[in-house]
Amino acid sequence: MENLPWFLLLIPFASAAIIQLGLKRNAMASSLLSTASVFITLIIAFLLLGKDSASSLTWIEAGNFKLEIGYQLDQLATGMMIVVTGIGFLVHVFSLGYMNDDEAKARYFGCLSLFMFSMTGIVLASNFAMMFIFWELVGLSSYLLIGHWYQKDSAADAAKKAFLVNRIGDFGFMIGILMLWGITGTIVFADMDGASLGTVCSCLAGTAILLVFCGAVGKSAQLPLHVWLPDAMEGPTPVSALIHAATMVAAGVYMMARLYISVGADMIPTWSADTIAWVGGITSLAAALMATQQSDIKKILAYSTLSQLGYMVMAVGLVEPDTGMFHLYTHAWFKALLFLGSACVIFACHHEQNIWKMGGLLKKMPLTGGTFAAGYAALIAVPYVTAGFYSKEEILTAAHGSPLFWVAAFVAFLTTFYMTRLFVVAFLGKSRSENADHAKEVGPIMFVPLIVLAALAIAAGFKPVAELLNAQDPRVEGREHPPIALIVSIVSLVLGLAAGFILYKGKTSDPLSIPLFRNKFYLDEIYQKLVTIFQDAVAAIVHFFDEFIIGGLLVGGATRSAQGVGNIFRNFAQNGKLSGYAYLMGLGAVLVIYFTVFAN
Amino acid sequence: MLFLLILAPLLAAVAIFFGAPARKTALGAALFNVVLAGYAASTWNCSCWNTGFQVLENPNIHLSLGLTGISTVMLILSVIVTLAAVYSGKCPDGREKLWFSSTLLIAAGAIGAFLSTDVFFFYAFHELALIPTFLMIGMLGRGNRKEAAWKITIYLALGSIVLLAGLILAMNQMEGWAFSDLKAAEKYQNEIALLLIIGFGTLVSLFPFHSWAAPAYASAPAPVAMLHAGVLKKFGLYGLLVVGMKVAPDGMAHWLPWICVLLLGNIIWVGLVTLNQKRLDLMLGNSSVMHMGYIFLAIAALAANVDNQIAEPAAVLLMFAHGISIALLFSLTSIVERKTGTLEIAQLGGLAKTAPALAFLFGLAGMASIGLPGLANFAGEVMVFFAGFYDWKDAQGQIALGWVQWTTIIALWGVVISAVYMLRAFRSSFQGPLVKSTENATDISICGKIPAYLLAATLLVVGIYPQIILQFLK
Repeated sequence: MENLPWFLLLIPFASAAIIQLGLKRNAMASSLLSTASVFITLIIAFLLLGKDSASSLTWIEAGNFKLEIGYQLDQLATGMMIVVTGIGFLVHVFSLGYMNDDEAKARYFGCLSLFMFSMTGIVLASNFAMMFIFWELVGLSSYLLIGHWYQKDSAADAAKKAFLVNRIGDFGFMIGILMLWGITGTIVFADMDGASLGTVCSCLAGTAILLVFCGAVGKSAQLPLHVWLPDAMEGPTPVSALIHAATMVAAGVYMMARLYISVGADMIPTWSADTIAWVGGITSLAAALMATQQSDIKKILAYSTLSQLGYMVMAVGLVEPDTGMFHLYTHAWFKALLFLGSACVIFACHHEQNIWKMGGLLKKMPLTGGTFAAGYAALIAVPYVTAGFYSKEEILTAAHGSPLFWVAAFVAFLTTFYMTRLFVVAFLGKSRSENADHAKEVGPIMFVPLIVLAALAIAAGFKPVAELLNAQDPRVEGREHPPIALIVSIVSLVLGLAAGFILYKGKTSDPLSIPLFRNKFYLDEIYQKLVTIFQDAVAAIVHFFDEFIIGGLLVGGATRSAQGVGNIFRNFAQNGKLSGYAYLMGLGAVLVIYFTVFAN
Repeated sequence: MLFLLILAPLLAAVAIFFGAPARKTALGAALFNVVLAGYAASTWNCSCWNTGFQVLENPNIHLSLGLTGISTVMLILSVIVTLAAVYSGKCPDGREKLWFSSTLLIAAGAIGAFLSTDVFFFYAFHELALIPTFLMIGMLGRGNRKEAAWKITIYLALGSIVLLAGLILAMNQMEGWAFSDLKAAEKYQNEIALLLIIGFGTLVSLFPFHSWAAPAYASAPAPVAMLHAGVLKKFGLYGLLVVGMKVAPDGMAHWLPWICVLLLGNIIWVGLVTLNQKRLDLMLGNSSVMHMGYIFLAIAALAANVDNQIAEPAAVLLMFAHGISIALLFSLTSIVERKTGTLEIAQLGGLAKTAPALAFLFGLAGMASIGLPGLANFAGEVMVFFAGFYDWKDAQGQIALGWVQWTTIIALWGVVISAVYMLRAFRSSFQGPLVKSTENATDISICGKIPAYLLAATLLVVGIYPQIILQFLK
């Protein structure tokens, strides 16, 4: 029992290693081994529910300095473990069907195991160094899985982009960790003393917090580092469900919650907390606007994920990490469901991802359509009967009294609007392409995970279920919900549904055209320009200076004069370069003699 | 016993010169050294390893060898890279004698320099290793080999002279030339430190004395690039740690701002230069220059605060990790060239399809060099960064960012830069659709695989369990 948490790390690691070393040519064995390994970790995660314990091993030791690999089990960690292993297991099962014909199935499942290992490391981490290690490793698994079809230029580019954008976030994250280490004297979560944050100026403490938050901006794809997530949809769709919707992208929120709990939420300097809240708020708004004009089903869901992550980050910034975690938990189930549903749709429509070439799918694929509807209802927060409603209610409550409340309310309206658009266009009406016309319901190995997820999308918000799964739940006794929160969420729901149905019912092309939203505020283009100017052009200029000024003139001048001397000598000795060297050695000997004989 | 470690490659080189079967003899000597070094490392802190005899009475110079924690690590690095270098290179027909005996001579010189416990021979062994390096580049190099050979010769010879001047200025104030005689010099510390920084610095391609490195590595035959970039270059850093910090600690602290600026030159300036490279070999050569900056950062942290307990082990661990990873990268690059006939990044593409094992190994080595956790370089880098923030207080005991902290922060941006050039190169060479040069390429042969997996396994083992190296550095 004592060592059980270590197995959460060891089992997926062993699975990844065995697949890489020995099962690469045996796709069937690889996929079964990988799936079995998550199943075991899911059981362990259930066994560990509600446990509080910690243990660690020394990883690096130098003098009085130590970095450790360890786990810290508490409600935050065990609850998150259920999300990670639960969705992980369902996605593995789903992948058995979805990736069945893929020629690199073994590699795919090996990478999934590597991801499960890395993600578990983030959840269990007892200190920031370990968190950072696994932070990078989930980045690696995400890179490998986005680039699964690496021969496609778009997939290879998207994988690279994801890794690099995350690196930018991690640049700040590492500085933040170093500064926190300097201020609090430790990087171990359990030993962090929030009071020490008060001993330095709030500019320093706040900066340290914000730099740590940079890591979350990268991983959870917040503005301005959100650009990698929509591109990451190039990866296989089950990967999008697991990594780029439910777990890894939420790691930023988890990490911030961990930080808040460790130092004490009220020790966070106000100005840095406000900055975090506004980054989240702006992200949720901008992403929702972008989502309204996309036509790729996965892209719509990706922007929706961005927007919901913005909600969570906003809650964290409003110093309610529990609220952020609660939304993370409900969102994980219904967003994984929506992604897997879209995977079935794409699978059935022969890799068609454009919603305008779908239509009428609810009739052709009733199980997929029905479960997708459950996820849709949860995401738009249908009152009282869906999980999404309960967590969104908490977010609105947290934001009450701040201008962010109205941002959140407007985002709620936009969410209902763009999801209604998606559902009406893709699932209702008549099919608008041959592929959609021939769509058939998927097999049981794919729809069974959908049904489980649909059940959770509805039920996960009910208090007994949330308690059973050990979710971080802000709905404690005595917490008051302002009535305006409920009114706003119902009004935005009704308006969003009405607008969506009226605008899109029976349409064959988009009646709205807002290029600014469709082109994502042109941010990708602007970044591309910035990279070209500030990186490639500067690099080229620096290269020029390096070659011709430093290499050619400054240092080269010195070598050239020496070369001249060498050439003179070469004319005497006639045996090439070595003579020049011998000459210099000789000069060295002269110096030796001079210093030892005359300088004494 | 320790003399055997130098004599084995030396005698093997002589034997090859007189007609012994080149490859087999060289491999035998390299394997012998791995075994012997393994045994030596297992009992490194026994004084029984110290050995030597007096060569000169005035000045008091000994040819003496011994093991310290740091030199043990450098010894392990040397023998592993030597074995891989001897094993992996593809020698042009008819040049086996020169090829293998030079490779062994470089190894003998490097091992001698790291084992010496006397400043004179520490210096002399390094010079011994340089001569075959120059020869190999000049005679068996690729591309513009004459110019590259000449450039590296001039730079390193000049650097060596500056270094020698600094050493003599310091050693005149000591009792003898033995390491055990080293103490803080009473006079001229600033001058000594300056000469040593420039001298050792040139040998490690410290900015702005770095222009020799990339063209030399691009031109050098694979075993030479592996041994020089992986092992021999570390001589300068090793020297700064075991000689420089001992004889001129105040001098090093005096030049701290300059060290910081120059090391950022390596990381940011050369990093940007690396971004602009169009060939794999030049990119790797420049990246190796860039990464020297991180080891200098550890030295800067030590210069700023001699009580910094993380800095020295951090520097040594990173030296080890960098040595292994760059050797692996140079070895794989030469294989890429053999399989595809080009190293122009734009002419490569999709190689992972036709050569998956090669792609896996290159990806692993590339990821190691950009500091992915789980591989050795990350352990070293993260320790360097922590060393940079060790006990960061100003004179009044208040927490405030000083020279070293600001340098660390800027240096961290280099982690982004190196990820950009490495992933770009990997993306263009190994991913995407196949192109003309790669469509008929074959995968890495078993002969190339063995040394590559040896190096890759070393990166993984040290990355997962860094204590295996750090245990020598307590």
